[in-house]
Amino acid sequence: MKKYIIVWEPDSQKGSPVNNALLKILNEKQLAEKMEIIRSPFIGFTSSGAILRVMPDNLIYTGFRVEDLEGIVNATLAGDRVDKFISSYDNKFLPVEEKDPLSRQFKIVLRNVGYLDPESIEEYISRGGYKALEKALFELGRDGVIAEMKASGLRGRGGAGFPTGLKWELTKKEAGEIKYAICNADEGDPGAYMDRAVLEGDPHSVVEGMIIGGFAVGCTQGFVYIRAEYPLAIERLEKALKDAREMGLLGKDILGSGFDFDIELRWGAGAFVCGEETALIASIEGKRGNPRPRPPFPSVSGLWEKPTFINNVETWANVPVIIEKGGKWMGSIGTEKSKGTKVFAVTGKVKNPGLVEVPMGTTIREIVYDICGGIKDNKNFKAVQTGGPSGGVIAEKYLDMPVDYESLQSIGSIMGSGGLIVMDEDDCMVDVNKFYLQFSVDESCGKCMPCRIGGKQILEILEKISKGNGEMTDIDKIYSISNAMQKASLCALGQTTPNPVLSSLRYFEDEYLAHIKDKKCYTGKCKDLVQYTVIPEKCIGCGLCATRCPVKCITGEKRKPYLIDTKACIKCGECYNVCKFDAVKRG
Amino acid sequence: MMMLEKQEVTLEKGLLDFMEKWKDKPGKEIMILHKIQEVYGYVPRKVAMEVSRVMGIPLAKIYGIITFYHLFKLQKPGKNQISVCMGTACYLKGGNDIIQEIEDLIGVAVNTTSEDGHFSLEVVRCVGCCGLAPVMSINGKVYGNVQKSELPKILGEYSGKEANANG
Ligand SMILES: Cc1cc2nc3c(=O)[nH]c(=O)nc-3n(C[C@H](O)[C@H](O)[C@H](O)COP(=O)(O)O)c2cc1C
Ligand code: SF4
Ligand code: SF4
Ligand code: SF4
Ligand code: FES
Repeated sequence: MKKYIIVWEPDSQKGSPVNNALLKILNEKQLAEKMEIIRSPFIGFTSSGAILRVMPDNLIYTGFRVEDLEGIVNATLAGDRVDKFISSYDNKFLPVEEKDPLSRQFKIVLRNVGYLDPESIEEYISRGGYKALEKALFELGRDGVIAEMKASGLRGRGGAGFPTGLKWELTKKEAGEIKYAICNADEGDPGAYMDRAVLEGDPHSVVEGMIIGGFAVGCTQGFVYIRAEYPLAIERLEKALKDAREMGLLGKDILGSGFDFDIELRWGAGAFVCGEETALIASIEGKRGNPRPRPPFPSVSGLWEKPTFINNVETWANVPVIIEKGGKWMGSIGTEKSKGTKVFAVTGKVKNPGLVEVPMGTTIREIVYDICGGIKDNKNFKAVQTGGPSGGVIAEKYLDMPVDYESLQSIGSIMGSGGLIVMDEDDCMVDVNKFYLQFSVDESCGKCMPCRIGGKQILEILEKISKGNGEMTDIDKIYSISNAMQKASLCALGQTTPNPVLSSLRYFEDEYLAHIKDKKCYTGKCKDLVQYTVIPEKCIGCGLCATRCPVKCITGEKRKPYLIDTKACIKCGECYNVCKFDAVKRG
Repeated sequence: MMMLEKQEVTLEKGLLDFMEKWKDKPGKEIMILHKIQEVYGYVPRKVAMEVSRVMGIPLAKIYGIITFYHLFKLQKPGKNQISVCMGTACYLKGGNDIIQEIEDLIGVAVNTTSEDGHFSLEVVRCVGCCGLAPVMSINGKVYGNVQKSELPKILGEYSGKEANANG
């Protein structure tokens, strides 16, 4: 039987050494017939080193070095194992029912990612795939599917959190023969990759979800609108569609039920606003992706003016599990108003960045500290940002707040699609918000004034503040421009552009004030507002800073205090970072 | 509308086949532009005009789309395409500094191509390896955890190879 070695390497590992070494061994030993190496974006838990999962044996290896790989490959071929690298992590396949106490994760969406070859429909089926479709077609019927979806309490994972069952029901109720189902795989939030992991790691879960949704609502055609920047996801999805068609799971008369449904891909072309549903529809129609006012909502008049419903990748991947296990089961997981799990892409200043899937109601502290190992380099936590450029910051005092749609909104952030960016003491709020504003300004489609002009004005104010020219009236200006944008922008992009600034003003106003009044940026990110100087009392004269300074503007004699020529200094911060005696002052 | 004259350009066979396959599908415009860009590396004006003529898509519509979407290019990219990620994670970890350093090193500004057509530099949004931030790619090869000090060496690999290939 062919063996599969599924490889997960921490993002922080450069150049995928384990994957490459395995491929080399396979090549040298000519094992292509007997063994396959699959890179996976997720394997069940995160770690600071690489993880291997050998299938179908389902063994997990950790703690090995590249030199040990040959031994592992040999043992695998012989049907044996290398005990000393077998992980203490429970090797059994975790059924979706349970929250796993070791990894603290709970896998519904990522149930198969890292367990199977995403290009094999047989493996998906052998793990219970397409059973939910059968149940939907032959047991539940259209109304039964919608009833289960409503009972599950599932809400859209693309950001807005609209109840999925209700959306389906509304579209089903519309008159008309032709209706469309769309999967939103535009994943626009910069710094997030949950949807990519699902599409690359388990494309059939999305395909199955869409067939079930198409059946319930009464569609004959579905579209996946996918980022062109994700070539591997596109390739695997195309393969999944082809295989499903060949097996009679997609196309005419699916499984002999008389239901016809097919799915096609349409590529995005690098416009964030096309994640917005009316813009997405315009883009599939082959036009510029300008949003249009709603109503009419897509459920009434969507793609080519037909009733249309759109769900996010992660939303779709939940569907087969809900249908198979029942809406009530899903309804028992999570908090009162947010059911099920959420996948987060945890990045930024955290020790073990990666994907995590946790039940709704898990706290930010559990995610950042217990699952992802806490802040990198023992620095101090500053904030977490969720919801990307439409979201906001979560300050330290809310670390123990359970994550769900309502609680995040109550503190001025949003659930968003799952990007979770950890910031530490070195990150400056003014600087970070300049980034978000620049993003929104670049991505504004320009159709309406408040968004086109307001975003630019706020960005200019932030730039002014970061250069040391800020005035106290600037804060008021930010509030009034934001207000206008929130009220008068046509689509959610413009309405939410001010969110990150507003939320950071709410929790980090003192930092803005330091920039405006004291003309100081204590993180050193705003280069016009920082100076590096040597504190003579602390400097032991080791000379390390002088050798590291890229412009050689630090001089001195060994064992005597060194001196920085502040005129020549380019404020790179290298001296501050390398001095082991805290003798360089940033301020 | 003015009828376009037949252009003196022969469309590549792969593109013609693609156009044939898509000709009756609504919403084909963006997919065809992707194909053009895959074949030529950008959307050459003559090709756009010829496709417009053959498919009956108004040229204004084609250019309307190209200018709306960031991915479509009107200029021929350099032999070596450098893309620096400026997603959130990469920004926090100094993506900006990487761009500046590259600009200084090879004298190419963002979204331009060097005079000899050797390098072009662009900024991209999140390539989905945020844990590796800051990230850049050259001709599709991804470099993670990029340090400013490594850049001369990394870029050197490309200038050397290409210079030889060019004789
Ligand atoms: C500017 C903007 C960008 C968006 N980007 C995305 C995206 O990349 N992916 C996504 O699923 N939803 C995105 N959305 C939300 C969609 O408009 C829509 O609400 C969602 O796809 C519905 O699916 P759901 O109910 O399953 O979440 C975006 C919305 C806006 C306003
Ligand atoms: S709010 Fe911004 S993105 Fe939305 S329609 Fe107006 S200009 Fe375009
Ligand atoms: S590294 Fe610190 S201790 Fe050493 S010379 Fe520089 S400032 Fe002084
Ligand atoms: S901040 Fe950078 S340039 Fe300035 S003195 Fe320190 S090492 Fe030199
Ligand atoms: S932010 Fe750069 S790879 Fe995601």
